[in-house]
Amino acid sequence: MESGSRDGTTEDLESLIATTDAELLRRAWRNEKAAPEILRYEKHLVDRIEGQIQLMEETVDDYTETGVDPLTVSLYQMDLDRTQFLLRSYLRTRLLKIERFILHILKTDELHERLSDKEKIFARRCAGVIGKHLDDSVLLNLPENYQSALRQSTTSEEDDMVLEPRLDTFVVCKAREYISPSEFQDDSNSSLSMDLILEMEPGELSFIPYRRVQRLLESGKLEMV
Amino acid sequence: MTTQSEAQSSAFSAEEMEFVAEDELVDIVPNMRMEPLNMICGDFGPFLPQIAARVPIWLAVALKKRGKCTIRPPEWMSVEKLTQVLEAERDSEKEFQSLPFHYIEISRLLFHHARDDIPDIYMVRSLIEDIRDVRFHKVETSLETFDGRTSAVQIKSLSAMEVNIVRPFVMKALQAFQKLGGLVPESDPLPDSRPPEVDKAAKGRRTLRGR
Repeated sequence: MESGSRDGTTEDLESLIATTDAELLRRAWRNEKAAPEILRYEKHLVDRIEGQIQLMEETVDDYTETGVDPLTVSLYQMDLDRTQFLLRSYLRTRLLKIERFILHILKTDELHERLSDKEKIFARRCAGVIGKHLDDSVLLNLPENYQSALRQSTTSEEDDMVLEPRLDTFVVCKAREYISPSEFQDDSNSSLSMDLILEMEPGELSFIPYRRVQRLLESGKLEMV
Repeated sequence: MTTQSEAQSSAFSAEEMEFVAEDELVDIVPNMRMEPLNMICGDFGPFLPQIAARVPIWLAVALKKRGKCTIRPPEWMSVEKLTQVLEAERDSEKEFQSLPFHYIEISRLLFHHARDDIPDIYMVRSLIEDIRDVRFHKVETSLETFDGRTSAVQIKSLSAMEVNIVRPFVMKALQAFQKLGGLVPESDPLPDSRPPEVDKAAKGRRTLRGR
């Protein structure tokens, strides 16, 4: 619910600045590539881009048939290729992350909700196949206490065999507007960060732990580089 | 698959950086007539002979390759401007001069595809190389000032390629500092070189054991 409304406001903001969808896709792609965890699926953006790609494909076909200047056609084709490359790379980066952190994503509702419908199906089926493979090849041959894919043994108190993204990893980000010190999230496990007063001017680059800018990234106040 | 996952550790490959830079705009002077292009990445044109138009670099290069236009090198790519930038870079020890975010990639693309459109190309090329060296040296020396208390680093006007080159190292170094800092929270600030040495020593030990 909450994410839905936030979605709406960022969308409005974007349309005010009149950025093209291609630019938005580039930003989404950069963010997705640089962030350690899976980000919210840009459903509306991807839908729009897919529409534009289809339209462009039809245009190119039309032009080829009607014999429009081959140079113009090839330029449109290049534009089409570039957009498709970006979209594929975006989706592939997501698949890679889903595969990598599959168990973590499936057991964390918040992350699971960030996937698209198709990605959810993929994640479930992929987890099924991997789970079956692990069971067949190793786990079922182990003593009963050690048969879980999630835990080292039944004595473990939590799921300690699930790979999670490292959120304290450093990322490079660029502020898109002025960010005041209070907007950065606290780095709960380290007192060191507190003595550093942090603010960002638009366009300024910083190396910073991902955890501290997670929400700023979501709200679009900064982007990854 | 491997390339994708490897690419993830440094986020972007050099080719991807170039791809991004190809969307930056340059001015071209067409020598032919062409209707406006309404593309996914924006609307460009109309193109009329001898009338400058602003297009993304990939489009400029495509037209240039077919001999349909000349590319006007951006203003910052003149000998005069670059000499100023180089001098300023040399004069100030910490500050970086502002250059386009993708100046390395853009200049490389133009050197490659439009060498006859750049006046004094050898001079321009060597100036850019010098600027790059001076800047990179500055990046390296500023890396030495990191210490265990560094929890975020701000850098003004570092370029895309420069960020990409130092990214893996800086990320690992800051992470190591954080980890070690977490172990001994109240110790005095250590000399800068300390943690890497510890790391080296640990590695040394490992190889010894291996033998």
